[in-house]
Amino acid sequence: MNSKNKYGYLFISPFFIVFSIFGVYPILLSLYMSFTDYKGIGSPYSANWVGLQQYARLIKDAYFLQAFINTWKIWGVNIILQLALALILAVIFSDMRLKLKGVSLFRAIFYLPNLMTVSSVALLFLYILDWHHGALNGLLLRAGLISKPVNWLGQPHTAQLAVSLIQTWLWFGHTFIIIFAGIEGISKDYFEAAMIDGANRVQTFFKVTLPLLKPIMIYVVITSLIGGLQLFEIPFLISQNGLGGPEGSLVTMVLYLFNQAFKYRNFGYAAAVAYGLFLIILVFSVIVFKGMFKEEV
Amino acid sequence: MNKRNFIRGILYAFLTLLAITCLIPFAMMIINSTRSNTEIVRGFSIIPGKSLIENYKNMMYHMDVSDGVFKGIWLGYKNSFIIAVSVTVLSGYFSALTAYGFFAYEFKGKKVLFILILLMMMVPSQLGLLGFFELNKALKTLDTYIPLIIPSIATPFTVFFMRQYLVSTMHPALIEAARIDGAGEIAIFHKIILPIMMPAIATMSIFTFIGAWNNYLVPLVVIFSPEKYPLPVLMGYLKGGKVAENLGSMYLAISMSVAPIIIAFMFLSKYIISSISAGSVKE
Repeated sequence: MNSKNKYGYLFISPFFIVFSIFGVYPILLSLYMSFTDYKGIGSPYSANWVGLQQYARLIKDAYFLQAFINTWKIWGVNIILQLALALILAVIFSDMRLKLKGVSLFRAIFYLPNLMTVSSVALLFLYILDWHHGALNGLLLRAGLISKPVNWLGQPHTAQLAVSLIQTWLWFGHTFIIIFAGIEGISKDYFEAAMIDGANRVQTFFKVTLPLLKPIMIYVVITSLIGGLQLFEIPFLISQNGLGGPEGSLVTMVLYLFNQAFKYRNFGYAAAVAYGLFLIILVFSVIVFKGMFKEEV
Repeated sequence: MNKRNFIRGILYAFLTLLAITCLIPFAMMIINSTRSNTEIVRGFSIIPGKSLIENYKNMMYHMDVSDGVFKGIWLGYKNSFIIAVSVTVLSGYFSALTAYGFFAYEFKGKKVLFILILLMMMVPSQLGLLGFFELNKALKTLDTYIPLIIPSIATPFTVFFMRQYLVSTMHPALIEAARIDGAGEIAIFHKIILPIMMPAIATMSIFTFIGAWNNYLVPLVVIFSPEKYPLPVLMGYLKGGKVAENLGSMYLAISMSVAPIIIAFMFLSKYIISSISAGSVKE
């Protein structure tokens, strides 16, 4: 038996070799770069060591602060809409008295946007939301809802809202599937007991469904937060390959990182941005986790 | 009873409206890819036009010949396909191998190594992006598919998922029986374990394939030659090319880039959705 155990190392070694080279090493190299003034020429190891200077710059950087605020705004609107929609749908479909049909069909339709190639989605909405030739303005004008074309992507607030709505459109089906599975997993006894006790739908929702869904809600919010704070593709492509939209309203943190590195060649600083972002994600994940558990009875 | 039917009616109306909202961008995309430029500029209509073939010819012309930069949408398909298939195969095989290594053997450092995998699952992917770029610059593997394909040998989440699968479905006695029959360790893995793990590998493969097909940021950073672009990067760059001047052609290109996923979803939707449900409840 013991002689066989060396096969354990053999079987896991391809993973750990590749893992060390392409997974762990780049993370450590990024950390090293964040302490240098590396500009993308030559090797990071020959760049000047500047200590914590890049991080000092990061804390004072007004543009990064704006990117931070933009990212939160876009994510915040999106997660509220997404959760509300997913919860409403999950409650409707799991209602024992209504017995709605067609769950699997609706579920498939709601989930479909999530599988789309994000760059195609961005491109599609770029055309749909276009000021003069966009399909949305065309539709609204024809229906008489607006009298002149709206420049959706030309104003900071509508541009951010557009990205939030696109993100909601992409993700609410996914969230609905998870929350619905969570409700299905709750024992029917709870709902029957609530029904017998004469609880109405609203009471059942707030007193039975929501508390029991808490672990799943935490999972949804945290995974969405981690993904949402790294938002990149849609704002990048919608703002014409990273220009950042009207008044920089679509510059997210990762977009800022990308531009610092690959546009301005400030690799050292961009690496500090990456670690700053990592820290932000870590801190807020913990806050969300603790905050949502503290409310527990 | 009537009141309940009334509520039901309202809810179905709401659901249908939401479903339409979900589908309308796709409808706009498909319908507009059959309409000419002037028709599209005039406004949206649900009646398809007659310019599909013209739009296709125009798209192919501008992608292939005129600016010499974009080498056609079919080449993008081919590139994406090569990358996604390689990633799926490597990730499936090596994740199963690693998961089995953790499941079947006792060795020093096993716990620490597994915790390392769990930790890496939580690290955001952009953290190592710049280091990853520099590493590939040093290895001279920029503008090749190596940085897109080889790292999939180490996919922490897939290993985690497959180990959970082994723990819940495999009986160690099966391995013992095979050993008594004189089978070697490597043969046991390939002839007995791998077939047993197929359901788990298939589930993960769907998501791995879609993820690799849709991946944008990494190829954007490491691939420079347009003829090597996978589809999503190609789409992003089309905006700046001549194709973009013709709206119908552009809508057609977008439709074509998402078509494989829509078709795959039609066949696999039940499977995909039940996997998401199952995965989330366990976590």
